[in-house]
Amino acid sequence: MSEVGMGRVVLVTGVAGSLGSETARRLAADAAVDKVVGVDVLPPRGDLGAVRFVRADIRNPVIAKVLAVEDVDTVAHLSVSTSPVTGGRTTGRTSVKEANVIGTMQLLAACQRAPGVRRLVLKSSTAVYGSSPRDPAIFTENTALKSPRGSGHAKDFAEVEGYVRGFSRRRPDIAVTVLRCADILGGQLGTPLEQYLQLSVLPTVLGFDPRLQLLDVEDALEVIHRAVVVDHPGTYNVAADGVLVLSQVLRRLGKLTVAVPSIAVGTVGRALRHTSRLDLNGDFIAFLTHGTAVDTMALRAEFDWTPRWAGAQTLERFAELVGHGPVTADRVRHVEQSLAAVLTSRGW
Amino acid sequence: MADAEVIPLSVPLGTRGRPGRGSRNATPSQAARSLAPAKSGPKSRRPARGPSVPVDPPRPVSAVGQVDPSAPATEQTAPPAAADAGRDRLAAALAFLRRRLTGDYDVDELGFDRELTSTVFMSILRPLATKWFRIEVRGVENIPADGGALLVANHSGTVPVDALMTTVVVHDHARRHLRSLGADLVFALPVVSELARKGGATLACNDDAERMLAAGELVGVWPEGFKGVGKPYSERYKLQRFGRGGFVSAAIRTGVPIVPCSIVGAEEIYPLVGNVPTLARLLGLPYLPVTPFFPWFGPLGLVPLPSKWVIEFGEPIRTDSFPEGGADDPMLVFNLTDQVRETIQQTLYDLLVHRKHIFF
Repeated sequence: MSEVGMGRVVLVTGVAGSLGSETARRLAADAAVDKVVGVDVLPPRGDLGAVRFVRADIRNPVIAKVLAVEDVDTVAHLSVSTSPVTGGRTTGRTSVKEANVIGTMQLLAACQRAPGVRRLVLKSSTAVYGSSPRDPAIFTENTALKSPRGSGHAKDFAEVEGYVRGFSRRRPDIAVTVLRCADILGGQLGTPLEQYLQLSVLPTVLGFDPRLQLLDVEDALEVIHRAVVVDHPGTYNVAADGVLVLSQVLRRLGKLTVAVPSIAVGTVGRALRHTSRLDLNGDFIAFLTHGTAVDTMALRAEFDWTPRWAGAQTLERFAELVGHGPVTADRVRHVEQSLAAVLTSRGW
Repeated sequence: MADAEVIPLSVPLGTRGRPGRGSRNATPSQAARSLAPAKSGPKSRRPARGPSVPVDPPRPVSAVGQVDPSAPATEQTAPPAAADAGRDRLAAALAFLRRRLTGDYDVDELGFDRELTSTVFMSILRPLATKWFRIEVRGVENIPADGGALLVANHSGTVPVDALMTTVVVHDHARRHLRSLGADLVFALPVVSELARKGGATLACNDDAERMLAAGELVGVWPEGFKGVGKPYSERYKLQRFGRGGFVSAAIRTGVPIVPCSIVGAEEIYPLVGNVPTLARLLGLPYLPVTPFFPWFGPLGLVPLPSKWVIEFGEPIRTDSFPEGGADDPMLVFNLTDQVRETIQQTLYDLLVHRKHIFF
C-alpha cells in the first residue's frame, strides 16, 4: 500500500466507452489524484470534466509520448472490448481484436520504457476461464487458464492477460492489478450478456441452464477506482454475491425464450447478427451452455470490500433500466389468484 | 481383471489398528463413537432404530417408507378440515408454480436448487425407490447428522440409477441432501446436465469436492465411474478400480469422515450382456449397452427390472487424525482407498450371501 506521494497522474484508456469515461470522471473528482489523462481513438460522448482528453490510438507508438509528456504514473487499461461496438460505432470482429490485443501490446511496450509508471490496472473478464463441462464449477484465481480456442472476446482477454503477465515479469517494480470482472450490467457497455438480455425473444440452449454471475456497473467502477488509487497487486475475480441460473435471470426479467438445440444455436446466432447488435459467437454460446462462476474470496480479503449490489439486486436494477418483458410478476400473480379462485369454486 | 478379484469371505474383518475400519459389528468402533458429536450425535438422534445388523429380518420401518404424509391425512380428518387442507395445498402448489415462473428462488453457487430438488425431483424418484426397487436401508445412523462427510458407494447398473436412489434414500432417511460428484459426460449432455446441477451434483474434481466438503455438505462419490456402471453382467458385484484415490485426498484435506455405502440390487436392473464399442465411440459415449431387453424391445427395454435393493451405510472412517500433509502422501491415500474399497466389497458379499432372491 505505497502511496506515490505528490503528483498522481492516471492514464485511462478507452474513455470513449462508458466504463472508461465514468472511471476517468470519478478519478478526476478524487482529491488523491492530481491529473487524469483520457485516451481513445474517438472523442468521448459526454463531458469529461477535469479529464484531459488525448485523441490517440494505443496501437500507435505515440502512446509512449503521451506517457512521457504527461508524466503518467498509473495506467488504467479499460479499453479491452467485449463487443464489436466500440465507442458507439459498429466495427468488425477483426478490428476489435486488433484494438484489444495489438493495442495492449503497444501500451505495455510504452509502459515498459516509461520509468515513471508505477502501477497498471487491467480490466479483464471472467470469460478468460471459458465455459466447459470439464471445468470445476467455481474458478479461483489459481485455476490454470486453458489455451483459448475460437476467436471471441474470451480469447482476446486471455491473450491480453498473457501479455500483461509477461510485462509484469519484465517490470517487477510495477504493481499490476488484473480485475477479472463478471458480466457488468447497468452501464450499457455493450457486453454480449447485456445485449442478449435486451433481445425481445431470447434463444437459450435446449437442455442447459448455465450458472452466471453479474456485477453492477457501480461496483465495477468502484473496484477499478480502488485498484487505481491504492496498490493491490495480483489477479482478482470480481462478481456480485450470489450465483443465478440463466432461466432464473430470464424469468425475473419476464422474458420470452425459445430453447434451441445446441447444434442449431450457431445458425440462430448468425441470423441474430443481422437483426441485432449481438454477436452470438462461439465463446458466448459456450457461456450460454455451461456458464461460468468464480470465487471472489481473494478480492474481499485484499480490498476489504464487497460489491454493494448482490446479483439479484443488480438484475433488478437492470430491469428497471431496460424494462421488464411481458411475463411480469404482477401478471403471474394475477393469473395465480384467478386460477385459485376458479379451482376453489369448482370444489378443489 | 486383477483388481476385481474375489476376496474370500473367510477373511476376518477387524480394524487391524486402522482408524474406523468398517467392521460392521453391532457396536460402533471407537473411531465411529468419537466421531459422533457429544450432544446430538446420530445415535442419540435415532434411539429407536439402533445399530443395524445385516442378518436382521427386513424391518418395515427401514424400507423407504416416506410416503407423502398429507395424502392419507386428508382421508382420515373430517370433511371441512379436508377441504381446508386441500385449499391450502392448492394455494401452496400455485404459489410454488408462481415462484418458479417468476424466478423467485435461490440456487447455490454450484447451481443446486434446494426447493426444486425437495419438492419435485424427490417426489418423482421416491416411488421408484419405495415401490419399484423396494429399497431396504441399513445403517442410516452412520451418516453424520451435520457437517461435511464423504459418502463412497459402489457403482453399477448400466445407467447410474443407483446414484439417484442413494440420493432419495439419504434425503428421506438421513434428512440431508446428498451432493453427488458426476463424470464430465453428465455435464456435457443436454437435459441431464441441467437436471444434475439443479439436483446438487457437480463435476467430480478435487476443487469442487473440497469446496463442498469444507462447506459442510454431504458429498456422494462413485469412484468406479464408468468402469463400474458399464461392466458386463458377468462381473456383477466385483468392484472395479477406485479411480486414483482423489476422493480420499479430498476427504483428508478437509478432515471429513468417509462413509462407505454398499448398494445391492442395482446390478440387476439392466443386465449388460453386450456392448457396441464402435457405435459408442461414434456417439462419444463410454459404452453402448445391449441388455436382454434393449434395444430389442425399444423403449420398453428402458424399463429397469424391479430387483430388490439393499443400501447399507457402513461405519464412518475418520480422516482427521492423520498428520499434516496426509493428503499429499500417496501411500496413505492408496491405503485408505483400498480400505474403503475392501469395506464396500466385503459388505457387498455379505449382503449377497444373505439375499434370498434377486427380485424379492
